[in-house]
Amino acid sequence: MLRYLLNKIALLIPTLVGITICAFAFVRLLPGDPILAMAGEHGVAPARYEELKEQFGFNLPIWEQYARYVGEVATGDFGVSISSKRPVLEEFKTLFPATLELSFFAMVFAMVIGIPAGIFAAVKRGSWFDQSLMGTALVGYSMPIFWWGLLLIIFFSGYLGWTPVSGRIGLQFFFKPITGFMTIDSLLYGKWDAFRSALSHLVLPAIVLGTIPLAVIARQTRSAMLEVLGEDYVRTARAKGLSAARVIGVHALRNALIPVVTTIGLQVGTLLAGAILTETIFAWPGIGKWMVDSIFKRDYVVVQSGLLLIALIVMAVNLIVDVLYAVINPRIRAA
Amino acid sequence: MKKTMAFAAALLAASVLSGMASAKTLVYCSEASPANFDPGTTTGGNDFDASSRTVYSRLVEFKHGGTEIEPGLADKWEISDDGLVYTFHLHPGVKFQTTDYFKPTRDLNADDVVFSFDRQFNKQNPWNGDKYLPNLTWDYYTGMDMPKYVAKWEKVDDLTVKLTLTEPNAPMLANLGMDFASIVSKEYADQLEKAGKMADFSTKPIGTGPFQFVDYQLDSVIRYAANPDYFKGKEKIDDLVFAITPDATARIQKVLAGECDVAPYPNPADLGTIKANKDVTLLDQAGLNIGYMSYNTTIPPLDKPEVRHALNQAIDREALIKSLFQDAGATPAENLIPPTMWSWNKDVKADAYNPDAAKKVLEAAGLKEIQLWASDRVRPYNPNFQRAAELIQADWAKVGVKAEIVNYEWTKYRSEGKKKDRPGAFQIGWTGDNGDPDNFFATLFACSAIGVSNYSSWCDKDFEDLIQKAKKTSDQAERTKLYEQAQVIFAKEAPAFLLAHSQVYAVVRNNVSGFKMDPLGIHRFDGVDKAE
Repeated sequence: MLRYLLNKIALLIPTLVGITICAFAFVRLLPGDPILAMAGEHGVAPARYEELKEQFGFNLPIWEQYARYVGEVATGDFGVSISSKRPVLEEFKTLFPATLELSFFAMVFAMVIGIPAGIFAAVKRGSWFDQSLMGTALVGYSMPIFWWGLLLIIFFSGYLGWTPVSGRIGLQFFFKPITGFMTIDSLLYGKWDAFRSALSHLVLPAIVLGTIPLAVIARQTRSAMLEVLGEDYVRTARAKGLSAARVIGVHALRNALIPVVTTIGLQVGTLLAGAILTETIFAWPGIGKWMVDSIFKRDYVVVQSGLLLIALIVMAVNLIVDVLYAVINPRIRAA
Repeated sequence: MKKTMAFAAALLAASVLSGMASAKTLVYCSEASPANFDPGTTTGGNDFDASSRTVYSRLVEFKHGGTEIEPGLADKWEISDDGLVYTFHLHPGVKFQTTDYFKPTRDLNADDVVFSFDRQFNKQNPWNGDKYLPNLTWDYYTGMDMPKYVAKWEKVDDLTVKLTLTEPNAPMLANLGMDFASIVSKEYADQLEKAGKMADFSTKPIGTGPFQFVDYQLDSVIRYAANPDYFKGKEKIDDLVFAITPDATARIQKVLAGECDVAPYPNPADLGTIKANKDVTLLDQAGLNIGYMSYNTTIPPLDKPEVRHALNQAIDREALIKSLFQDAGATPAENLIPPTMWSWNKDVKADAYNPDAAKKVLEAAGLKEIQLWASDRVRPYNPNFQRAAELIQADWAKVGVKAEIVNYEWTKYRSEGKKKDRPGAFQIGWTGDNGDPDNFFATLFACSAIGVSNYSSWCDKDFEDLIQKAKKTSDQAERTKLYEQAQVIFAKEAPAFLLAHSQVYAVVRNNVSGFKMDPLGIHRFDGVDKAE
């Protein structure tokens, strides 16, 4: 087990180096000179240009800029935002709970609907339900998040008036964050109204962000279930005269869930990518919106370090999933 | 223990603030998060809406909804006959805001004014550099050429400040109404410096403006309360909230649903929905910008005004504007400056579409081929250079001129385009800074701007004399006359094809009164009221 774990960690190192290179190169490959871009319509006098170039370290050879950047990151210094002048790590810490809360609810939505739907489709294989579910899942998977989000806003918030348009909580509620999670903080302050408001603000963005994972989970659950349902031990269970619910719920589902758990873990990347669009549409103050804002502001420090921090989180989650998988399924460890 | 204390404090704040729910609250759905709350250090319109126009005031102010200058913190001022010395007399008894993080012990005085500017250029000032915030660039102070024109700021007495210039420069007054010229509290700065918390200056602002800062939840909500000590009288709304909503469609849905009262920049596609709704009003105005196309007036046959006029006449401008701006619309430009700016000459008209007349002149001049420049960037004054180029190319083809479209990436485009010997017609534009005509005429067409931002390489003696004289004249009526004449010469000489001033929109709920579109592109909430 230890060997397996070390192996996985060792594999992370080249990935990590690759990510720092990507994040570093990405910003420098963007068209336009970052200093001129920052200067805006006025342009900048040549002397001032050189001064700024030196100030931001752009005058150094590219490898030296990279070495400097890696050195800083290695010591936990992710730089200071060009536009807000605040440390990037501090902004990240402030905004990350919002993304985490939204992702959590999106995942709950995806699992609560996706897993039962997948099971049902597998059990009723070939039925109209199965066909239409898989069709819908395909549509869900291909849905452009931007369009889907606006459609839901216009219908549920604009036309029906059931849900708030955007934001995290009603503007009348105002408290200093304790955990940074609105649903938890509102309860800690004992404000039920605020809690309800936070939940109602979560509905649409969680549905939008959870749509793609929902489709993936439903399809994965279905195929895993189909595989398990054909196994000998399921036939044995049926032959023993166990109820259908028990056969599916206990004997089949438990085994089918192993690949589903992995799938869920791997959806973290999808969630963070989806958060960029979802948060922008719903004015959700998380790291996705933060990244988009920074790209528009040409704040290359935030883009570079934000990219790295997000990649680190995805890597960490993937590592945890790998380990969990090995814990659940001993065959993996031996392989 | 510390945690318990923080928790108790938070509970207290929450209970105090929840009591504010019954007060009159105006919600503005802003388009982006402010970089910070120190207007000297930022450049975005949304930064200024959230800081300088709410929390701060300046020596002089722009008239609400206009570009004229009126008294601000300075009740009156004198300008010496040589135009070099400006003496400002401060309004007595102006109080800085009292908040939970700062309690002023004295009123605004000349020290605050001197400090507000000194910190932006004096390298010895501890607030100028890294000690305050990393990588400070003071973009507007340098961008408006303040280091070139300002010789010194001096305190004469507590309520009198003297500004000495290096050369006469009438637009200086307009510069002092700009956001970067907001007056900050020296007492607050000293206190923070002593406490070693200098960065707080940019996150917990203190000013003399109509609203005081209450709280900012990063990327989400900014809260202000009316400043009870505001020297022009307390505002009618008690609380002002900025709900940061970057998506234009979501912003408009929020106004329609009553979740916010005012929102800027709707999507052109949503304008129909907004107009059809009876609870809201769509406000619009020509923006403080101009889209144009510069001919290089030094290279034959473009050196002849009649050839340039003919090229202008060959373009179906109305169709071009419609195709470029679509539903958003734009005001066809008659002059270089927009009609919202003082000195705009209503008698001057741009060339009318007349391809037949154009064809004759161009044939006679022997103009068969021309370069037509386009870039990839979307600008407020021209949403699509490439499309514009293609349409103009088609129009010119009809009069026998073959245009070759030249493309570059935006930064390279501008550096190539401004070269003195760049051939052909170059599409560009400008968004104004301070509402002063000099900011358009001199910046874009002064002889000294050739090779910098005079893309026509145009140097006309009569025009130059007028704009230089206007720059040195303090009297606005006199300046107006000079600029009106300059516009006549500009129309006669046609160094450029004038396209349009793009339209700017805002959506306001009908129970809101006093909100005005501002030609400077800022959003102000002083004087705004809301019926329940």
